Amino acid sequence: MFAIFKKDIKSYFTTATGYIFLAVSLVLSGFLFSINTVMASTPTSNTSGYFSIILFMVMIFLPILTMRSFSEERRSKTDQLLFTSPVSTISLVMGKFFSAFVMFLIYLALSCLNFIPLYIFKADGASPPNMALIIGNLFALVLVGMAFIAIGIFISSLTENMFASALITMAVLFGFLMIDGFNGLLGSSKLYVVRFILSWFSVLSRYSAFANGYFDVSALVYYISISALFIFLTERVFKARRLA
Amino acid sequence: MIEIKNLVRKFGDKYALDDISFTINKGEIVGFLGPNGAGKSTTMNIVTGYLAPTAGSVLVDGVDVFENPIAVKKKIGFLPEQPPLYIDMTVWEYLSFVFDLKCCTFNKKAHLGEICELVKIDDVKNRLIKNLSKGYKQRVGIAGAIIGNPEIIIFDEPTVGLDPKQIIEVRNLLRSLGKNHTVILSTHILSEVQAICDRIIIINDGKLVADEKTSKLNQQLGQNNRFRVKIAGPSKEVINLLKSIHSVTRVTQDGVRDGDAFNFIIEYSGAVDIRKMMFRALADKGWPILAMEGVEITLEDLFIQLTNKEGDKQ
Repeated sequence: MFAIFKKDIKSYFTTATGYIFLAVSLVLSGFLFSINTVMASTPTSNTSGYFSIILFMVMIFLPILTMRSFSEERRSKTDQLLFTSPVSTISLVMGKFFSAFVMFLIYLALSCLNFIPLYIFKADGASPPNMALIIGNLFALVLVGMAFIAIGIFISSLTENMFASALITMAVLFGFLMIDGFNGLLGSSKLYVVRFILSWFSVLSRYSAFANGYFDVSALVYYISISALFIFLTERVFKARRLA
Repeated sequence: MIEIKNLVRKFGDKYALDDISFTINKGEIVGFLGPNGAGKSTTMNIVTGYLAPTAGSVLVDGVDVFENPIAVKKKIGFLPEQPPLYIDMTVWEYLSFVFDLKCCTFNKKAHLGEICELVKIDDVKNRLIKNLSKGYKQRVGIAGAIIGNPEIIIFDEPTVGLDPKQIIEVRNLLRSLGKNHTVILSTHILSEVQAICDRIIIINDGKLVADEKTSKLNQQLGQNNRFRVKIAGPSKEVINLLKSIHSVTRVTQDGVRDGDAFNFIIEYSGAVDIRKMMFRALADKGWPILAMEGVEITLEDLFIQLTNKEGDKQ
């Protein structure tokens, strides 16, 4: 597992993918941060507006990280090396998963530089930034990112075209984010079962507790199980392909 | 060492392998011969655990590939048809990744150094794989396959696309690897297996056609000889004359005309050398022989011969 993890982290930086991901994501979040806080029409140190948009941005730039994952291995036939080496399929999937996850953590860590102006801003006598809210939101982003990466890796195992992989992943993540909106449309209708299932799958409703600075154990379990489910499904894809 | 029992593999409705069984012993160099699409790669992919069989089993030292894949994969070094290279890495980075992936316990630098020397890629080890020539890429693939010193080495068409000098080098390398390893290689070139292998397994259309010692197969092939002869003379009469020579089995004309001369392919069986008789017969008629050369047996001929023999037995 460690060999493939190391190789993938390295390849993020020997191919352009890692740089593109970091550049796109950091520029976007820096821009969104400034127009939502210090450069807003009424400047504020409240970061909740920023975080609610960044969640949607994650949907766009995380697929850049996962699109090549398995699809590129298959296209260049290097999957034959991986699957004939004495390592289990699940550890290959985990290696790929953690390398993308670490890249995402690097992005999150770098994006924290955005918060520095809030403290300079505070010196002008405005209200201080709410630390609990920032930490809660960052933690929630880590969890959402983890689940989205697992989904992205699963989708990259289905196709050998990395652009198809990226687009399908975006569509699926968008679907996940839209579940909440759909649920809202159902409103107070009597389709309790449907509403219950939809709200269980809803990424947003789980996110909101953290966003408000609460620690929600059920949400933690939810995100970890979504990740585990898709990692498991990825392993199944390769088992099935061996037989197909 | 490797036992393949009643292996069947279907792709959709098509049988890629149809009930193949054979055993390979320790230390053998086995050539896996067949035309494109015969099932060579499929068999190799199954033995290495990349594909699962539809039915049947593969045992390596008594261990089933699908019950304990990791134990089996440890013993096998595999070079697929297209070498699995990461073209954005340097040769050394690639080899050291493969080393880590196979969880080898040797001293990394010494082991990789030895392998680089063995396959002669020492001079390119700091270059990016994408900038290497096809021959070097193939050698890097071979190096990757023998990392960790596996007992069994499986090479899928290792000489395809190489120039003649590189082919000779790869063959020599295979021969030297065969001293300490069990080697299986696939090819669709008959002379290649004749040159390297102790034993030849021939498959066609997913079925086993022959499984013989190379020396024995060479004898069988020797029983049927062929010449291409260029003779100046009226073609129909020449054919009739040639056919009348003792032990000639078949005469065909192969199209190309050169002035008043034609090319004829003459097949004969038995140990008698017909060249002298042919010369005298033609000289009596005053039809000179302009050229004569032996024609090597092709894989297709071999198939015809082998399948005919099967038919005769039945």
